Amino acid sequence: MKNENVIEVENLTKAFGAFKAVNAISFEVKKGEIFGFLGANGAGKTTAIKMLIGISHPSSGKAKVVDYDVYTQPEAIKRNIGYMSQRFALYDDLTVQENINFFGGIYGLSRKVIREKSKNLLVELGMHEISSKLVGSLPLGWKQKLSFSVALLHEPKIVFLDEPTGGVDPITRRQFWEMIYKAADQGTTIFVTTHYMDEAEYCDRVSIMVEGKIEALDTPKNLKQQFKVTSMNEVFLKLARNIE
Amino acid sequence: MKRFIGFIRKEFYHIFRDRRSLFILFGMPIAQILLFGFAITNEINNVNIAIQDHSKDASTLEIINKISNSKYFSIKQIISREAEIESIFQKGKIKAVLNFEKDFGRNLIKEKSAKIQIITDATDPNTANSITNYINAILQNYQLEKNKSIQIDYQIIPQTRMVYNQELKSVFMFVPGVMTIILMLVSAMMTSISITREKELGTMEILLVSPLKPFQVIIGKVVPYIFLSIINAAVIVLLSIFIFKMPVEGSLFLLGAESVLFIITSLALGILISTISDTQQSAMMISLMGLMLPVILLSGFIFPISSMPAPLQVISNIIPAKWFIIIIKGIMLKGVGLAFVWKETLILIGMTVFFIAVSVKKYKIRLE
Amino acid sequence: MGISLSNIDKSYKKQIAVRNITFDVNPGELFGLIGPDGAGKTTIFRILATLLLPDNGKATVAGLDIIKDYKAIRNSVGYMPGRFSLYQDLTVEENLNFFATIFGTTIAENYDLIKDIYEQIAPFKDRRAGKLSGGMKQKLALSCALIHKPKVLFLDEPTTGVDPVSRKEFWEMLKRLQKRGITILVSTPYMDEAALCDRIALIQEGEILDIDTPQAIVDKFPKDIYNVKADNMYKLIQTLQRYEHTYSVFPFGEFVHYTDKRVTFKTEELQHYLESSGLNAITIAPTHADIEDAFMELAKK
Repeated sequence: MKNENVIEVENLTKAFGAFKAVNAISFEVKKGEIFGFLGANGAGKTTAIKMLIGISHPSSGKAKVVDYDVYTQPEAIKRNIGYMSQRFALYDDLTVQENINFFGGIYGLSRKVIREKSKNLLVELGMHEISSKLVGSLPLGWKQKLSFSVALLHEPKIVFLDEPTGGVDPITRRQFWEMIYKAADQGTTIFVTTHYMDEAEYCDRVSIMVEGKIEALDTPKNLKQQFKVTSMNEVFLKLARNIE
Repeated sequence: MKRFIGFIRKEFYHIFRDRRSLFILFGMPIAQILLFGFAITNEINNVNIAIQDHSKDASTLEIINKISNSKYFSIKQIISREAEIESIFQKGKIKAVLNFEKDFGRNLIKEKSAKIQIITDATDPNTANSITNYINAILQNYQLEKNKSIQIDYQIIPQTRMVYNQELKSVFMFVPGVMTIILMLVSAMMTSISITREKELGTMEILLVSPLKPFQVIIGKVVPYIFLSIINAAVIVLLSIFIFKMPVEGSLFLLGAESVLFIITSLALGILISTISDTQQSAMMISLMGLMLPVILLSGFIFPISSMPAPLQVISNIIPAKWFIIIIKGIMLKGVGLAFVWKETLILIGMTVFFIAVSVKKYKIRLE
Repeated sequence: MGISLSNIDKSYKKQIAVRNITFDVNPGELFGLIGPDGAGKTTIFRILATLLLPDNGKATVAGLDIIKDYKAIRNSVGYMPGRFSLYQDLTVEENLNFFATIFGTTIAENYDLIKDIYEQIAPFKDRRAGKLSGGMKQKLALSCALIHKPKVLFLDEPTTGVDPVSRKEFWEMLKRLQKRGITILVSTPYMDEAALCDRIALIQEGEILDIDTPQAIVDKFPKDIYNVKADNMYKLIQTLQRYEHTYSVFPFGEFVHYTDKRVTFKTEELQHYLESSGLNAITIAPTHADIEDAFMELAKK
C-alpha cells in the first residue's frame, strides 16, 4: 500500500466571524487505528468532525479523508465513511429490520446484500429474534450496538463515532468497545469522541483539543509519561486547567 | 402578585424575541384582509364571451349590442361553426357562448317565441351560474323594452333592493369572517403552542415544582395574547373602514366588547387544546384542523348555513365562530344593539365558561 | 430535612419503571443514585419532586409527605431536571430573575448562596441561555435551582454530556453546598463520580442493587482482581474470554480487569497461557475493585 494514512489534516481552520472554532489543527490517522478525539465542551470537536465528514466547509487549511479532498469531493467522502452520533442514530419508530434496510438502501447496497448482511449482523448481536421490534422499545445499550453495526454496513474505510457510549451501562459499554476493537482489527479506522476518560486509554492514539487547537497528540502511554501522571483523566484535567 | 407580573414579563420576552412569529401575527391579518378584499370576489366583471349568430337580423344585433354595452361582458369572438365551441372552452379564455337560432328575429315576431342557447363553462359553477343570471336579466330587460308599445293585460315588474350592502360588495361578507379566523387562530393556536412549548422544553416541570399556582401559569400565558388579539382586531376594523369603506352602523364599543368576549372564548379553547396535547406540533395540528377548517366551512363565513344539509346545520351550532359572525355582521352592517344579539352573546359566554371549566378540570398538577 | 422512600413502585402502562425502591437520605448528606440510562433514576426524582404519583409505597421529603404535602414540598426543594430546562430565548440574568420572582424572592436576597457559582457565568449575563456552552448551562441551571434557598436539592444527571473538567468543577460546587447544610440527591451515569458521594445507591432496570458508602461497596467485591496487560488489547480480551478458568474479563483503561473462577490462583499459570497464545509484553498485577467492577458484578446476578 502506497499511503497508510486515511486521514490527513493540515492547518485546518473554521472561523465564525472573528472567532476561530477550529484553529489550524494538523494530524494524521493511520489505517486500522483507533483514534481518540477528546476535548472539553465547546473546544471545537464537533466543528472539526463536521468538516471531516464533508458537511461543513473549512475556512482554510487542507484535509484529506480516504484520499478525497474535503473541499472538492465531500460526496465521495460521505460514501466511504460511516457516522454514528449519540443524539441521532436510528429511527425509533421503525423496526430493527426496517432500520437496517433503510440505511443499507441509502448507501446503495442491493437487496440481496442487505439481506445477507443483516442476517449475519442480527445473529452476531443476538437480536435476530427481535428484528421486528420497534427500535424505540430497545434498551439504550442495544440501540447503540445496533447503530454501530448499521454504520459499518456499507464497509466504510473510516467510522466516526461521536460520544457513542454516553449513559450506557458499564457492561454494554465494554461490549461496545469489543465491537470497536474487532472492527479496527479488520482494518476499519475508528475516529471516536468520548467523555469517559478510561475509554481514552483504549485508543491507539489520542488528541486533546483545547479552545480550537490540538494541545496534545500521542499514545495514551506517552501522554501519561509526558505529563507525569498515571491516568488519562489527569492528563485531560492538567491540559484544560493550564489554559484557563 | 409580584410572581404573576414576573411571569407575564417573561411571556412578553418570549413573544418579542420570536420575530418571525410576531411578523406572522401582525402581517397575517393585513394580508388576509387585503387578499379577501381585492382578489377574491363573487362579482362579475368583463367576462369574455363568444357569439354564434345563425340569424344575423335586426333583433339579434340589438341584443348583442345590449350585451356588449353592459360592463359585465365583453364579446371576444364571433364563431360560425358549432364545432368551434368545444375548442374555445378548452382554451379557457371564453366563459360563455350565446347561440342564436336560425331566423331568430322572424320567429320572435311571427311565432311569438325564439330560441337562444346559453352555453357556459361550468368548471367554476358559481361563475357559470352568475353569468347565466346576468344574461337572463339582460334578455328580460330587452323584452320589457320591446313590449312597452304593446298593451298586455298585466305585468309584474319586480323592483329589488339589496339592503345593508347596496353594492353587493363581497368584502363586507369577508371582513367579519377574516376577523373571526384571525382572532381564533392568534388566540387559540398561540396560547396552546406557548403552553405546550413549556412542556416540550421541560420548563413546565420546574414551573410545577414552584410556588406558582396552576391558574397563575394559565392566566399568565393568556394575558399577553389578549393584548395582541385586541390590537389585531382593531387593525382589521380600521383597515376595513378606511380601505374598503365598510360601514360600522352599530356601536363601536359594543363591537369591541363582543370581540374581547370572543377572544376570551378562543383563549379558553387554546388552553383546552394545550391540556390534551403534549407537543407544539400536535397543538398546532389540532388548532389548524380542529378550529380553522370548521370556522371556514361551517361558520357561515363562506358557505351560507341555511343551504347546508340539516346535520351540518346542527353541527354549526357548536362552533363559536358562527355566533360571533352573526354578532359582528349585525353590529357592523345592520347597526343593531345588544337587544338583538343578546342570545348569541349568551351562547358565547356559556361556551367560554364550559371550556374554562373543562380546562381547569383537565389541567394536571403533575406530569401524568 | 432528609429524604425517605419505602417500597416505591411505579409503572407506565405495562412498563415497570421502578420496583420496590427503599432508601433514606440523611439530613445534610450527599447521596448519589448511580446507574445507566433507563435505570429509573428520573422516575425516582419525579416522584420525590411530587411530579408523579407512585403506584405503591410511601415517601417523604424533609419530613413532608409527597402526596399530602405536595405544595409544601414544592416550596422547599430545588429541582434540576435531566435535560436543560431553562428558557433558551431569555438571557442568563433574565432566567435567574424569573426564577427568583416566581419563588417570591430576589437575586440580591440569596446571592451569597449562589455567589461562587454565578460569578463564573456573570460575564455572560446578557447572553441568551441557548447560546451557552454545556458547562455554563449547567451552572446557570444550578443557580436557578438554588435561588430560593432550598433545604433539599434534587439534581437529575447534572453532569451528563459534560466534559471532565466541567464535571470536576460541578462536584466541587456540590461539596461546598453540602457544607452549608443542604441535603443533596444527585444521579449520574458516570460511575467514577460515585466516589465523590457520601453514600450511593446502585440502580439498574428499576431495582436497587446495593446501598452503601462507595468504599464499602468496593470492599464487598467477592473476588481478587488482576490488572492484565499485553501488546494487543483485542487479542488479549479474546484469549482471556476463551480461557477455561476465567470468571470475568473487562477492559479497564489501559488494562484488562481479570477475575478467576478458582479460589487459589497463580499468576504464572495465566502468564504461561497467554504467552503460549502468542501474546507479548504481558504484565499481571493484583489491583483493587472500583465501583464499575462492583456494579457489573451486582448486575450479573
